[in-house]
Amino acid sequence: MKAEANPAPAPQVPAVARVRAVRRDTADTFTLTLDPPSPNRDVRPGQFNMLYAFGVGEAAISVSGDVDDPAIVHTVRAVGSVTRALQRLRPGDAVGLRGPYGSAWPLDEAAGKDVVVVAGGIGLAPLRPAVYHLLRHRDRYGRLALLYGARCPGDVLYGDEFDDWRRRGLDVLATVDRGDPTWRGPVGLVTALFSRLDLAPDATFGLVCGPEVMMRFVQREFEKRGVPDDRVYFTLERNMHCAVGFCGHCQFGPAFVCMDGPVFRYDRIRHFFSIREA
Amino acid sequence: MTDTEILAALAGHPFAQGLAEPHRELLAAGCKPFRHAAGEMLAREGEVAGAFYLIRSGHVALGTHLGERGAVPIQTVGAGEVVGWSWLLPPYRWQFDARAEDAVEGLAFNAAWLRGECERDRDLGYHLVKQLLAVAAARVASARLRGLDIYQ
Amino acid sequence: MTAPRLLPKGRLDDLLRLLVADGFEVVGPRVEQDAITYGPIGSAAGLPVGWTDRQGPGTYRLERRGDDAYFGYAVGPHSWKKYLFPPRLTLWQARRTADGFAVQADVAPPPRRAFLGVRACELHAIAVQDRVFLDRAGRFTDPHYAAARSRLFLIGVECEHPADTCFCASMGTGPGIDPGRLPPPAEQPAETPCNRVPLPMAADAPPARPACDLVLTELDDAFVVRATSPAGQDVLDRLDLSPAGEDRQADARRRVDAAAARMAHGRHVETAGIRDLLHANQDHPRWDDVARRCLACTNCTLVCPTCFCSAVEDTADVALETAARTRRWDSCFTPDFGRVHGGNFRASVRGRYRQWLTHKFASWLDQFSTSGCVGCGRCIAWCPVGIDVTEELAAIRGGGEDNP
Repeated sequence: MKAEANPAPAPQVPAVARVRAVRRDTADTFTLTLDPPSPNRDVRPGQFNMLYAFGVGEAAISVSGDVDDPAIVHTVRAVGSVTRALQRLRPGDAVGLRGPYGSAWPLDEAAGKDVVVVAGGIGLAPLRPAVYHLLRHRDRYGRLALLYGARCPGDVLYGDEFDDWRRRGLDVLATVDRGDPTWRGPVGLVTALFSRLDLAPDATFGLVCGPEVMMRFVQREFEKRGVPDDRVYFTLERNMHCAVGFCGHCQFGPAFVCMDGPVFRYDRIRHFFSIREA
Repeated sequence: MTDTEILAALAGHPFAQGLAEPHRELLAAGCKPFRHAAGEMLAREGEVAGAFYLIRSGHVALGTHLGERGAVPIQTVGAGEVVGWSWLLPPYRWQFDARAEDAVEGLAFNAAWLRGECERDRDLGYHLVKQLLAVAAARVASARLRGLDIYQ
Repeated sequence: MTAPRLLPKGRLDDLLRLLVADGFEVVGPRVEQDAITYGPIGSAAGLPVGWTDRQGPGTYRLERRGDDAYFGYAVGPHSWKKYLFPPRLTLWQARRTADGFAVQADVAPPPRRAFLGVRACELHAIAVQDRVFLDRAGRFTDPHYAAARSRLFLIGVECEHPADTCFCASMGTGPGIDPGRLPPPAEQPAETPCNRVPLPMAADAPPARPACDLVLTELDDAFVVRATSPAGQDVLDRLDLSPAGEDRQADARRRVDAAAARMAHGRHVETAGIRDLLHANQDHPRWDDVARRCLACTNCTLVCPTCFCSAVEDTADVALETAARTRRWDSCFTPDFGRVHGGNFRASVRGRYRQWLTHKFASWLDQFSTSGCVGCGRCIAWCPVGIDVTEELAAIRGGGEDNP
């Protein structure tokens, strides 16, 4: 008789991690810091974990901290039953964790080049690990810039880190859709910030994260300035149930966002990006 | 700036693209370079819109005042853009404040003079109105997209 | 493998008894609720003896044959995926502990099963699902599928009575069973339009190969039996049968060839270039046309032997003391399939139908190096409004050939 396989733990079984700290970022956004359930998890900027709230469900959340730090950091927006359950976690609580999954920002390929990071809203969370990496290895890269757009000054994420990032060599330009009396910076679409950059089209990588409509407009700005599609990267979000390529929900054209993404090189998804309901 | 430099600066500004040569020279003769330090006002809401500004460098914050909430910025414009179209439309009063965000430099036109020239030469007037309409369209698009609240 | 043997019909029960003695639960076709479905088979008398099926777009009914053929039908609404990829499966459970919770993931191994009566198209479908759940080189393996798959004994039965809805001949997956024979080569363009890191299996591996243990071809009074694996050979030897004479083998071949010839004038899919055809025609007006007819009822995905989409459900008891995660079948036709916070990526029926057909015939090639369709025709018969995928594909190609 042929060898019979015994069921191994399914790839969808979570480990149990402990919450070390919870920090409120904005009205509906918070950052969890978790103790790693096991050492030596090789995480790369751009990847995501599945976080499980006991009895409620899982959510796919991008890693948003320093990947060289063993602690696991996730910035979460409370919008549904799972993320609201995660919002109720307190230090010492248990949370389910599995991952990391997915593709990463092309930080090695970008060595020697200028990098323009463009983020909208909570889109800065999946890019912050890339920012940390770029700044830790500052001498490996050319000019670094962050273009960031938020809805209003109260929604600006990680604003208290911007000055430190500037000091370490990242040109941070933040704009808001609507200002308030405290806001002294630019007001307008994040695309309007491109005119403040002096882009070298042959030597620039673009890393973009935000709502898809924003990413579409941002890509046009890169294109207008001669940055080719194979040096602009997006990160996409789709309905994820399994995160390991079985459930079929996250398909975008022939790609599984959980395995082939979530970070995609734009020339590879350009065709499907322009199709409604691809 | 010399007259030649002013003509060159005007010719190099996106707003002047497509202007016939005689019109460009006319406008160059009628405009003056200006400079504002950070925080200075180019326009105050409600006052007579006496000027039309072409921004060559720096950034200008358009805004309004919300009573007890103070001054609120609405949009930032920068190099290659313009400030003001109220000068062309009755009652010729600024709709918004315009404050220099940093050191701003450009070319300014006297609004009454510019209106007169447009009336006198309808070709010039038509061209300027088209250019301003394009500016207005871009401002409307920006406002609409921001009104979609896409970050929610 | 030795030469084919002859199994008299009266000794079919010997085969079943032998399998049961070896610890297999025998499952196969039987008549149930006016259809031929798959379930436990206690004896040969439980098979759909003397029944055939009449199928067309949106229609399926059983009819009495004039003879006592055991396998005188094509395929019914069930496919074998219900055993390898169960409609409901508990993945793991968790319970509250003093300082949090603990996850318990032990799962009992599935039973050993013998599938009796697997059609050629169905063997291909199992091979296609092997690609999805097992052969993901460098990616993940589904251990439940692997466990069930490794406990299978497959008895294929060649098809002699294709239904009008069948088009396995066009897809290169039947009606004859030739284990290891490859379907027509799938086109592998050098560059896919999507960031699909070429998996070793996608770049170099041949399309999915069907595998089985025994193959039966039904004659009037007996079956020609071929062993197609060492396990099958072992069973065949223990049955102690006479060799099948050349005339018998010729009879078997003739019947299968006749079935193939009947399909030559039937439904047909032009597979050349179909991957690029579908990816490039996402705005074809035909999608609007089919969207007006499609009810998004999900029947097609339920009966399709290769559809694999699933949903996970997280549950807890009322006291929040124990929790569980269950996997269940899902369908890309459901309104919530494309839902994310803030919206739905695929809200329209048009978008969903296009997704299903494009995935089945195009994206599957990008993902698994094989077509997702095996030409069984179930989706045509079981669509309540009779949508025919072969017709839709022909329309998109622009031919609009009528299928007789």
